[in-house]
Amino acid sequence: MDLPLWLTAIIAFLIINFMLVSASVLVFAERKVSGYIQNRPGPNRVGPFGFLQPFADVAKLLFKEDIVPEASSKFIHSLAPILMVIIAMSVPAVIPFARGFVIADPDVGVLVILALTSIAVYGVTLAGWSSNSKYSLLGGLRSSAQMISYELSMGLAVVSVVLIAGSLSVVDIVESQADGWAVLGWNVFRNPIGAIIFIVTAFAETNRAPFDLPEAEQELVGGYHTEYSGMKFGMFFLAEYVNWFVASFVIATLFFGGYLIPFEPLFADAFYANGFGWLLGILQFLCLMAKVAFFAFLFIWVRWTLPRFKYNQLMTIGWKYLLPIALVNTLVIALGVAIFQTIF
Amino acid sequence: MLTDFIPLFIMMALALGLALTLLNLGKFLGPKRPNRIKTMAYESGMDPVGTARERYSVKFYLVAMIFIVFDVEVVFMYPWAVSFQEFLAASPGAALGVTVVIVFFVLILGIGLLYDIKKGGLEFD
Repeated sequence: MDLPLWLTAIIAFLIINFMLVSASVLVFAERKVSGYIQNRPGPNRVGPFGFLQPFADVAKLLFKEDIVPEASSKFIHSLAPILMVIIAMSVPAVIPFARGFVIADPDVGVLVILALTSIAVYGVTLAGWSSNSKYSLLGGLRSSAQMISYELSMGLAVVSVVLIAGSLSVVDIVESQADGWAVLGWNVFRNPIGAIIFIVTAFAETNRAPFDLPEAEQELVGGYHTEYSGMKFGMFFLAEYVNWFVASFVIATLFFGGYLIPFEPLFADAFYANGFGWLLGILQFLCLMAKVAFFAFLFIWVRWTLPRFKYNQLMTIGWKYLLPIALVNTLVIALGVAIFQTIF
Repeated sequence: MLTDFIPLFIMMALALGLALTLLNLGKFLGPKRPNRIKTMAYESGMDPVGTARERYSVKFYLVAMIFIVFDVEVVFMYPWAVSFQEFLAASPGAALGVTVVIVFFVLILGIGLLYDIKKGGLEFD
């Protein structure tokens, strides 16, 4: 967007607030959906249907003592949650929310997403190491090994998307899925194996079940944030939920047409010709939110469906199955693009 | 262009502001009554035995090393992926040429991965 910087700053501020509210809605949604999946009501005391529960939680966390272990590295102990929040909150900057509505559209938007998610490994590792507690250290170690293992397959799945789009800009990738008059232009139909690999790795990168070994409660107490309390723990919690939300955004954007409405080319021109472009923009935003809500729900659904993997199973899936499949899939997509372009 | 990144940096600065606000708000509002027991590392109710800064399994280093090799490989695949359609538009022969190079590259690393798996470098039992 070619807007003056102060306006960009205001929009960025609004989007950060939007992510904060979404994170609290997700906390509520997860507890409520988990409750219904387990045939119990879930939180229902604070506010109507318990809707104000996450806000009560935040207030509680703010008034709790911030306990810093004596043996810890104090500076890094504070740095880790700050890093996590910054990373989680920065990724939405490159995600287009509607046609022409994106905060930053650098030519290498996809690489920005991958780079930021890689930095998240530092937050977890530093948190685990700086606490000087055995549970934290093991959680941090596991988490870093897991995240770097799955990052490769994620990168390769993105390579296959880039092959189809021919560009690293997130906006170009979304627009490349507008080909074809129906939903068939979406990357999930042109590149289904890449989509599955990306969704699986997104679960692993956000440390969500069934890949939640870094904080496996039964064996590691709390994992890398065992020694965190008060608002520092709240920041890890916030970053985790925002990461989950952002991962849903990225899945929807790269593979499910982003802000594109199904059958959009049929009626988009009518909107633009009659000066209703803004209405189309709002519809696109709502459509993106519907897709994101579905993937956010998928994360909860999977959490209560699949049991947690063992560590050796996790490594086997990552290195012996996902990585070779992703490599072959990339070459197959290249072949497909070549055949498609030469014939048509 | 570098100016494309300025909005991203604004977003990061705002996120840093949010993080610092939350951290200091928690420090300001919460009580501060530390004592020796409270600031011990948690070890299921026991006093901590030794330090956590111990040596740990070399397998984690191995995973990190293999990651570096493959991450560089993935980085090399991006320029190919971006320009593949331009090569195709220029001539199918050029596209075939660059693809053969990439396949050769992938094969070398694939053999490396196979060697690592056979040697048991990725066994975590």
